[in-house]
Amino acid sequence: MNQEAIIEIKGLKKSFNGKEVLKNINLTVRKGENVVVLGKSGQGKSVTIKCIAGLLDQDEGDCLVFGREVKEMDDQELKGLRSKLGFLFQGAALYDSMTVRENLAFPLKKVLKIKDRKEIRERSLEVLEAVGLADAIDKMPSDLSGGMRKRLGLARTLIVRPEIMLYDEPTTGLDTITSKEISYLMLEMQKRYKTTSLIITHDIPCAELTADRILVLNEGEIIAEGTYDELYHSDDEFIRSFFK
Amino acid sequence: MGEQGIFLRSFFRNLLREEFEFEEFARQSYTIGFRSIGICALTGFILGIVLTLQSQPTLKEFGAESYIPSMVSVSIIREIGPVIIALICAGKIASSIGAELGSMNVTEQIDAMEVSGANPVSFLVVPRILACTLMIPLLTIFADAMALVGGFTAAALSGDMTIKLYFTKAISSLAFSDVFPAFIKSIMFGFSIGFVGCFIGFNSNKGTESVGLAANSSVVTASIWIIVIDAIVVQVTNSLIYS
Repeated sequence: MNQEAIIEIKGLKKSFNGKEVLKNINLTVRKGENVVVLGKSGQGKSVTIKCIAGLLDQDEGDCLVFGREVKEMDDQELKGLRSKLGFLFQGAALYDSMTVRENLAFPLKKVLKIKDRKEIRERSLEVLEAVGLADAIDKMPSDLSGGMRKRLGLARTLIVRPEIMLYDEPTTGLDTITSKEISYLMLEMQKRYKTTSLIITHDIPCAELTADRILVLNEGEIIAEGTYDELYHSDDEFIRSFFK
Repeated sequence: MGEQGIFLRSFFRNLLREEFEFEEFARQSYTIGFRSIGICALTGFILGIVLTLQSQPTLKEFGAESYIPSMVSVSIIREIGPVIIALICAGKIASSIGAELGSMNVTEQIDAMEVSGANPVSFLVVPRILACTLMIPLLTIFADAMALVGGFTAAALSGDMTIKLYFTKAISSLAFSDVFPAFIKSIMFGFSIGFVGCFIGFNSNKGTESVGLAANSSVVTASIWIIVIDAIVVQVTNSLIYS
């Protein structure tokens, strides 16, 4: 595996209204890797990836993406970074006043500045076919089921061909079968588009299917790291409790 | 106030530096302007009728019934029209913008736009504020015209005023000093309605409750701004015109 670190976080701290959510986060994601951050709800998992995407500023520590400190980037640099980032939000964050087609065209027009309608149509259809939603192109997001919304969210982030994918609870709120489908889809997309992924979840089957490496986050700190099997057979009862 | 100042600066910076979202501006102008025509027309028409019916007995007592067109046109165009239409638009448009952006904030659509590298201020805020600034003065002009029609309808039904006489008197009694400050005022009302709706919606908290709060707060804040701007503009224009 390529050892180039794409995301590097050292001593990350973040507080909200005096409450320390991230106490000391250290993690590295290498090129082509699928890293899962596992943890209970409210432990700061989403805050961590929002710091990586520059949606939140950390209080202390370093958050380096492609070797550059996110906090120190100006607007243009941040825009450049974000064009290489894909972020799948927990609720998919689809633009609900736009059709599926318009949702997909939006990043192409606004981020990649593509004006050619033919190219927009071709790229939209390509990603929709990849996530199995080609028939839904003229539907509104409100007409889609939870699983379809996640698929569309994934298609919208992949359409700009990002180098890094950040997944915030990609399977939350879905039934077991759809969760598995989404997890397989994430793996398939990683192979097809050769992305590096950081996946935030508390869904163990999703972690088992997608992770090359798992980090366990508890009370604002990474307390364990390893493959699924290593953590499954851990000596620490708390770590094992996740997998029961 | 500090946050509003930063938001205002961000609006102007995006307006001047970023690519103008003409398609979104046209869509917002249609939503804000065209879809508010009915309520503004009805309000203006009824205002004209009520003002005429209310003032007719008193003016009749002094034998000044012929002053009805002048009184209606000056009071509607100078003060009542812009303020009432702005207050109605605060209720209809500011609440709608506040709720829409608030809901986009809650469902992380604004974050999604930002993280994709698109500019949410340029796409969501600038077109909405500009559409309000353009459409509310136009709605006010339209409602003012409907108020004159309403005033004529009431005058014609209860007296023997002809349409030609009514409108000649109504228009000839208007001076530049009546029309211009009212127009400036309605532009400022439009800007404040768009600005308040966008600011409150964009900065709402991340909970479903905050969508309702954003809508409610947008109406209240925009209404207060309208009253304050009205007081300031009247004071300033009076001192400029009559000094």
